[in-house]
Amino acid sequence: MDLRLLVQLGVIGLTFFMLINASALLVYAERKVMGFMQQRYGPYLVGPHGLLQPLADILKLMMKEELRPKGADRWLFTLAPVLAITAAFAAFATVPWGAETTFFGLLAEPVKLGAADINVGVLVVFAMTSMGVYGIVLAGWSSNSKYSLLGGLRASAQMISYELSYATALSAVILLAGSMSIREVVDGQAGAWFGVIPRWYVFLQPLGFIIYIIAGVAETNRAPFDFPEAEQELVAGYNTEYSSVRFALFPQAEYINMTTMAAVATDLYLGGWHGPFLPPEYGWIWFLVKVGAILFTYIWVRWTVPRYRYDQLMQFGWKWLFPASVINLIATAALVLYFNA
Amino acid sequence: MPETLVFYVLSGVAIATSALVIGQRNPMYSVLLLVASFGALAGLYIQLDAPFVAVAQIIIYAGAVMVLFLFVVMLLNAPREDAAEWDRTHPLRQPAFARFGGLLALVLVLQLAWALLSATGVDAPVASRAGSEVVGSVRALGRTLFTDYVFAFEATSILILVAMVGAVVLARREGDQS
Repeated sequence: MDLRLLVQLGVIGLTFFMLINASALLVYAERKVMGFMQQRYGPYLVGPHGLLQPLADILKLMMKEELRPKGADRWLFTLAPVLAITAAFAAFATVPWGAETTFFGLLAEPVKLGAADINVGVLVVFAMTSMGVYGIVLAGWSSNSKYSLLGGLRASAQMISYELSYATALSAVILLAGSMSIREVVDGQAGAWFGVIPRWYVFLQPLGFIIYIIAGVAETNRAPFDFPEAEQELVAGYNTEYSSVRFALFPQAEYINMTTMAAVATDLYLGGWHGPFLPPEYGWIWFLVKVGAILFTYIWVRWTVPRYRYDQLMQFGWKWLFPASVINLIATAALVLYFNA
Repeated sequence: MPETLVFYVLSGVAIATSALVIGQRNPMYSVLLLVASFGALAGLYIQLDAPFVAVAQIIIYAGAVMVLFLFVVMLLNAPREDAAEWDRTHPLRQPAFARFGGLLALVLVLQLAWALLSATGVDAPVASRAGSEVVGSVRALGRTLFTDYVFAFEATSILILVAMVGAVVLARREGDQS
C-alpha cells in the first residue's frame, strides 16, 4: 500500500480518536469548572483530582440496563442516537487542524493535518450540522412520550432558526477569504498588520464572530439556549426515555458538536494554526489552545447565564440575530467590492 | 472498477428507497426513506464531480425541506394507514383519482423516455468536458447563475417569496392580531 495514503488514513484515525477523547475531556472539564464556579471541588475521588471520572462514567453507563418504552417505535428509537453521533463526527470531516507537515522530515511529501480538504468544506459543516437535527427529532418522536416529543419539536424549531444566522455569519467570512475551502480561509489569515495585530478575520468581522458564537451555542443546544432538554420543564427533553449506551451517545454527540463549533470558529475567525512564537510545524498547538479557550467560554457561559424563555429565544433569533447577520453580510459584500474594484 | 460499483450501489439505494417511500404505511418512515434517497443522490452528484450540487442537495432537501416535512408529520400526528380501511376511506382510492394518477405517471414515463432518447454525449463526466474551469466549482457556478441565468434565478426567488407570503396569508385567521 502507498505510504502517503497510509499516513493520510492515520491522520483521519487520529482526528477520530481526538474527537472521541474531546467529548470525555469536556465532560470532566464541565464538571470541574462548574464545581469551581460554585465554590466546590467537582469530581475528586476517582484518580488524581478526579481525572479518571469520565472513564468511570462510561463504565457505569455501559453496565446499565437498556430500556425501551412499550409504545416506542422499535427501529427509530434505536436509529436516533446513531444518527446524532454520525452527523456529529461527519461535521468534523472537512475541518483542518494543522498546517502541512512532513512529521519532522520522515515523509518525502507533506501531509495535510485534517481528515479531508475539499473546495466546499464550509458547506459540508453546514450540511452535517443540519443533519444532526434528525437524531434529536426522531429521538423525541419515537419515544412515545410527551416530554420527549416537546423536546424534539423545540430542538428542530430552534436549530432551523439559528442555523440561518449561523450560516449567514460564516458567509461574510467566505466573502472575505474568497474561498469555501477551510484550509484556504485559514491560510488567508497568515501574517500580521503593522507587524503586531495578527491578520485574523475576527478583527474584520467582530459582529460576525459574536453572531457565530451565539448561534453556535443555540445550535448545540447549550445553556442558556438548552430548551430541548430544559430539565425544569421537560424532565430531560428528547432523551427522557433513553438509558445506557443509547443515552450516552446524545451527550457525546453534543460535546463533539461543541468541539466542531469551536474548531470552525478557530479556523474561520481566529487564524487557525497561525500564531506567534511557534514554527508552522507546531501550529496545531496554537489550534488546540484556541479551541480550548472557546470551549472554556462555552462552559463558563453555561454556568453563569440562566436559561431564557422559549419565546424570547425565538424573538431574539429572528428579530435581532438574523437581521444583524444579514446587515453584516451586506456591509461586508459592499466593502469587499469597494476595496477589490 | 470501483467507481462503477459505487455508482450501482448508490443508484440502487436511491431507487430502492424511493420505491419504499410510497410503500410505507407509516408517514414517518416515508419521510426518512426519502431523506435516504436524497443522500444517495448527493453521492451520485459527487461522482459527477459536482460537490457543490451534492452539498446543496443535502443542505436544502435533506436538511431543510425534509426537516419541515418531519415537523408537519409530527405535529399533525398522522396515523398509520390501516390496511383494513384502506380501500373505502382513503381518498386516493376513488376511481377518478386513480385514473388521474395513472395519467400523470404515464406522462412522467414518456418524458423520461424522451429525455433518455434525446440525450447525447452524456458518457463523459461533465467536469472533463468543460475545459479549463471545473463546472462543479462554486466560483464558476455562481458566475453562470448570475450572468447567463440571472432572469430564471431572480424569477424563481420571486416565486418562492410569493409562495411564502401566500402561506402566511392563508395560515393567518381573520381578526388575528398577533
